[in-house]
Amino acid sequence: MEAFLDFEKPIAELENKIRELRHLADTGDADIGEEVARLEAKAGALLVDTYANLTPWQKTQVARHPNRPHFGDYVSRLIDGFTPLAGDRAYGDDPAIRGGLGRFRGRPVMVIGHERGNGTEGRIRHNFGMAQPEGYRKAARLMKLADRFGIAILTFVDTPGAYPGIGAEERGQSEAIARSIETCLSLSVPLLSVVIGEGGSGGAIALASGNRVMMLEHAIYSVISPEGCASILWRSAEHARQAAEALKLTARDLMGFGVIDTVIDEPVGGAHRSPPGAIDATGDAIEAAFMSLDNLDGGQLKSSRREKFLKMGRNGLYGGPNRA
Amino acid sequence: MNWLTNFVRPKIRALVSKRETPENLWEKCPSCGQMVFHRDLEANHRVCPQCDYHFRLSPRERLTQMFDDGRYERVEVPEVAADPLKFRDSKRYADRLKESRTKTDEHEAMVIAVGRLGGLETVMAAQDFGFMGGSMGLAVGEALIKAAEEAVSRHAPLVVIAAAGGARMQEGVLSLMQMPRSVIAVDDVREAGLPYISILTDPTTGGVTASYAMLGDISIAEPGALIGFAGPRVIENTIRESLPEGFQRAEYLLEHGMLDLVVHRRDLRTALTHLLALLTSAEAIRDVPPATDPLLALPSGAHLDGVA
Repeated sequence: MEAFLDFEKPIAELENKIRELRHLADTGDADIGEEVARLEAKAGALLVDTYANLTPWQKTQVARHPNRPHFGDYVSRLIDGFTPLAGDRAYGDDPAIRGGLGRFRGRPVMVIGHERGNGTEGRIRHNFGMAQPEGYRKAARLMKLADRFGIAILTFVDTPGAYPGIGAEERGQSEAIARSIETCLSLSVPLLSVVIGEGGSGGAIALASGNRVMMLEHAIYSVISPEGCASILWRSAEHARQAAEALKLTARDLMGFGVIDTVIDEPVGGAHRSPPGAIDATGDAIEAAFMSLDNLDGGQLKSSRREKFLKMGRNGLYGGPNRA
Repeated sequence: MNWLTNFVRPKIRALVSKRETPENLWEKCPSCGQMVFHRDLEANHRVCPQCDYHFRLSPRERLTQMFDDGRYERVEVPEVAADPLKFRDSKRYADRLKESRTKTDEHEAMVIAVGRLGGLETVMAAQDFGFMGGSMGLAVGEALIKAAEEAVSRHAPLVVIAAAGGARMQEGVLSLMQMPRSVIAVDDVREAGLPYISILTDPTTGGVTASYAMLGDISIAEPGALIGFAGPRVIENTIRESLPEGFQRAEYLLEHGMLDLVVHRRDLRTALTHLLALLTSAEAIRDVPPATDPLLALPSGAHLDGVA
């Protein structure tokens, strides 16, 4: 049932052994309880140790784990009365980006995010979270709608990148992304963005030019996928591991650069081992971030958001004084 | 006062550097293969006289072609953090930067200048494809912000001539952050009530297209320029079918409603002068040479017919 990543093999082996032993215990042989407890402790320690020392490439795999909670999981646990809103009013509705109104811990919010989909069918339906221009145009439309009614906006970022296709190009993928970024930066309401899995390039920043940008501990956020970078700079996608190291795409790295404001700790073994724990921790971080913006008026929200991005690269490098 | 330095005489410099390399007397057209004598090429705005292929221009060549009498003043771009990731692939990024600096004699991939267009003071930013593929990192982002500040403080229009493969991978996520930064820059110009004109040249792709390049109040492309978000090879590898004829070329984008105009390089200056004079309703309009509508007189009228 559980999908193990290749570096989790030793953990998987231990867990298999524990399962076998339990099965034996069920069939009669007593006195293996001690052995099971010993193995469980060992597996637990190994899990803690492995996840405390994930390499950037391993984090990339965790960020893309099929059982990792997705947009829909966050919405159903954190948002009350979520009402989906569809369409870009120009061409279509893109299932790779979902959005709608609801309440987050009592506060009315517009929630927008990439949906990667669950299961093979779901993933295909949502195009693996790779959006078309309609997705970004819908996002921009919903952001403007929220802005008009003074409703705070919450975005969940989880995409390998914008979809590279003929139709997407013909219908203005670049323009749609550019306008979505522009819309993020024009808002007079709070905009919070959480990178919950993979923050892939322009397709991610289109929804993430927020007042506060947060990242889950094992999420990644990068200008290009490690595979894409490797195939260009190393001329082979097989160097993805090296590219992942070089790109400095982990939450800790981005915190150091001043590109994100908060790292949200994940449960031991990653969000996919305990989705409710990961989602609740994210909810707490969102609540704290909203509260930190409560005293700002519309003009201040907009100007401080722009200042935050303007400052990046000027004096935001190397772990300057970052907000926690 | 202003951040002006380098009172360059670009025309003279361009001529001098050409003479220093006599083997460059003939250039091969990358499109039709024809050998073109360098003076014929210069006289034709570096467009192949045979097939109309628009050669890629360095910022110096571009700015000289665009401004009145080829005269302009450079605006210094603030220094940014060098190699923030300490990036290394098969080569160190620091070394790649050094090589590009030697090769182009420019400090980075975006040059800012102030000059006059039909008498109207204009700030122009020209991207250098020859400098690491024009890629946008901290320096290009900072250059755009500086250009916008300059435009706002001078109350002058901003013209950005894009030419880039996209974001600079070697600066990782910090390059990605230049997308919102550049959008803020061009929006500041817009909010000041000034025109921002985007000129897309071959090639303009990736994060550059998906930020400032596609946000012009007016977007103009050079004929045949490759313009898109994803590169054609990436698309082909994803969808595993061949791409339509002319896909992602300027004319194709015009047809799909993504651009205002496709203008031949020889007419670019005239078209730009005309549009800026109209948009700013400047007194400078009296200085524009032709009495008739210059756009209607364009020999490349076929492109204009496309939008009529």
